Amino acid sequence: MIPQASTYAASIDNVIILVGVLVGFWFFVAEGMFFWLIWRFRARDGVRSEYIEGHEKHLKRWISWPHGLVLVCDIIIIVAAVQVWYNVKQRLPEADSTIRVIGQQWAWTFQHPGADNALDTPDDIFTVDELHVQVNTTYHFLLESRDVLHSFSVPVFRIKQDAIPGRTITGWFEPTLTGEYDMQCVEICGIGHGAMASRIFIEDQQAHSDWVRTAAVTQAQ
Amino acid sequence: MAHTATQTQVHHETHAHEHHGPQGILKYIWSTDHKMIALQYLFTGMFMGLIGAYFSYVFRMQMAFPGMSVPGFGQVSPGEYNALVTNHGTIMIFWVAMPVLIAAFGNFCIPLMIGADDMVFPRINRLSYQVFLLSAIVLIISFFVPGGGFGGAWTAYPPLSAVAEYNQTNLGSSLWVLAVALEFVAFLLGGINFITTLMNSRAPGMKAYDIPMVCWMIVIASILFMLSVGPLIAGAVMLFMDQTIGTGFFDPARGGDPVLWQHLFWFFGHPEVYVVLLPAVGITIDIIATFARKKLFGYKLMLYTTVATGVLSFFVWAHHQFVAGIDPRMANVFTITTLLISVPIAELVFVIIATLYGGSITLTTPMLWALAFIAEFLIGGVTGIFLGASGADIYFHDTYFVLAHFHYTFFPIAIIGTFAAFTYWFPKMFGKMMNDTLGKIHFWGTIIPFNVIFIPLFVLGMGGEHRRIYNYEHFPELAGDGMFLLRQIATVALIVMLAFQVVFFYNCFVSWRKGAKAPKNPWKANTLEWTTESPPPHGNWPEGLPNVYRGPYEYAHPDRKEDYWPQNEPS
Repeated sequence: MIPQASTYAASIDNVIILVGVLVGFWFFVAEGMFFWLIWRFRARDGVRSEYIEGHEKHLKRWISWPHGLVLVCDIIIIVAAVQVWYNVKQRLPEADSTIRVIGQQWAWTFQHPGADNALDTPDDIFTVDELHVQVNTTYHFLLESRDVLHSFSVPVFRIKQDAIPGRTITGWFEPTLTGEYDMQCVEICGIGHGAMASRIFIEDQQAHSDWVRTAAVTQAQ
Repeated sequence: MAHTATQTQVHHETHAHEHHGPQGILKYIWSTDHKMIALQYLFTGMFMGLIGAYFSYVFRMQMAFPGMSVPGFGQVSPGEYNALVTNHGTIMIFWVAMPVLIAAFGNFCIPLMIGADDMVFPRINRLSYQVFLLSAIVLIISFFVPGGGFGGAWTAYPPLSAVAEYNQTNLGSSLWVLAVALEFVAFLLGGINFITTLMNSRAPGMKAYDIPMVCWMIVIASILFMLSVGPLIAGAVMLFMDQTIGTGFFDPARGGDPVLWQHLFWFFGHPEVYVVLLPAVGITIDIIATFARKKLFGYKLMLYTTVATGVLSFFVWAHHQFVAGIDPRMANVFTITTLLISVPIAELVFVIIATLYGGSITLTTPMLWALAFIAEFLIGGVTGIFLGASGADIYFHDTYFVLAHFHYTFFPIAIIGTFAAFTYWFPKMFGKMMNDTLGKIHFWGTIIPFNVIFIPLFVLGMGGEHRRIYNYEHFPELAGDGMFLLRQIATVALIVMLAFQVVFFYNCFVSWRKGAKAPKNPWKANTLEWTTESPPPHGNWPEGLPNVYRGPYEYAHPDRKEDYWPQNEPS
């Protein structure tokens, strides 16, 4: 699996593993039963098939019990999925910093708050296809689009959100690992969609403030 | 390869009408016989299927070997790539799965299996096919207009699909919407016929629970289709007007809302999955009952479960939109409804598995296909749970995991289900037996490569590979040797699978020309279509329509010496 670089990445992976275990169980039981029956009841000379209507109570149990178990598994999965969903998408924790992410055909523009840590001030840093964030910091992102639908996806965070023209969608993440990773546009957005690649740089406090300083200078020139 | 197959196809069509007596080409095109219309739908669907398969070959080659000149196509540009993936999806769902499973087998089976001489509205039936043919022609034209075919994915999300400046395929996208809308009209006309015919034209004595499951399934699917398609037709008209006369239904700058389209599309789009699934399930049930020599385990249970699935399928659509910008609280509701639909679907599978118990199973070619449908569809079913669970879907949305998941549902439905039905009813359709050895070679040559194509795609999806990407070399983390190896394995398996389809067309041709003459009831089945000649003449039962005395699955009944009991035989 790819690295878990946000506070909630592990919880999303855990839902995936939980679902994997539960449906894996059903899958092997059902396929096992299926192939065993095909083999067990293969046509043999002189053996006639049985006449079973399927209305008998003791036979219907073979359907209704597994049926109830499926329902129980569903409920477990629903509870787990909704909890994670609430944490990642519905809840919005207090932010240490806010960035703006703007999709357009076919590039991402990132607006960083700059040294004053406030967005929409003169010292904001604009970059294209390069997002710089600081580790262990809670970020809000304001997601916008200038033309068609795009989708902002950071696989190492396990976060994904479509951008819609005319709307600002707010989400959050908190990076936990430093490093440089891929980001993708995952909603088809025209002929350049396949090349709409960008990178995220997760830096520790020192490296990040160094970057803010250099970027401010470069931008001023 | 695609070319030779197409030619075989054409041969078939020519021979098909020679076979039906000395009719001119016009007589053939204007036929109102349900069996002829079924064949028209079948061959048109198969022809479109070859186009869709060819598209998949081209874009899979580009994905595995970016930048190569694909044999039989040439260099693939990003615009062409998008048009290929878009139209592959569009064709396979709207011009293959629907015409073949619903229209072709619905037309062929329903009157024959309920003991009617034809559909109740034969001319509407003919009109349905003609509108369908027109829609296919419009779609094919859209590939060749200036700018090329539409490339905004089969879901056609605006503003990309609505604004020419964004999609750069001005004519292509309008023709695409037009073709889809025409196709819907064709299936509305067809659906009216299926429902009315089942209600009104059953043989004397055939009560509701005596109807073969495949007929029920096609009719329930038609009802689902007719109830769900209205909003999308309205959406298609709005999209068409946005494209052509500059309205702003989906344009936020002019007060529109792009997400509206997504609701209209998926309100139809999710029931649509069940629209094509149910006929395939019905086909599978009938074939399994026949070759396991078993009464269906719980006919009513099956029927009511299916209705429940159909009703539930109207309340799950927004699971396609968890991360699309809808209110996040809505995701909770749709996660619940989506996971609940696994209950009736699991029940359908359990009932089919339970039917095998106590049977006497013969692995003929149609039976292999029917069993493979269950085995493979299960994979599609269980992987769907990952995507219905909102928390997990945040990661999996729009990755190859989704793609592999729905190919594990649609391939069993549209390809495996079709081959099951085709090999099962071939003797009835063409009056000749198919070669079983060639049939089995084709079966294994299709099933094994199918799994080799799509299992690597699950792995790629888990690794974060997202969809509709022209060249993964742009993404360092998706451009590793391991990932390219998996893509190449899938592509090679696809080519192997396509190559094995030559065996199928060869088998059809040889069996049709030289196969043993099919008796009335080669499989010793119970349903009514096996009580008339193979192929049935015009009017189906010239000596008089049959009477029905019992249900369709009375195999191995204790009161009877033979292990089958045709529905029309008086006790």
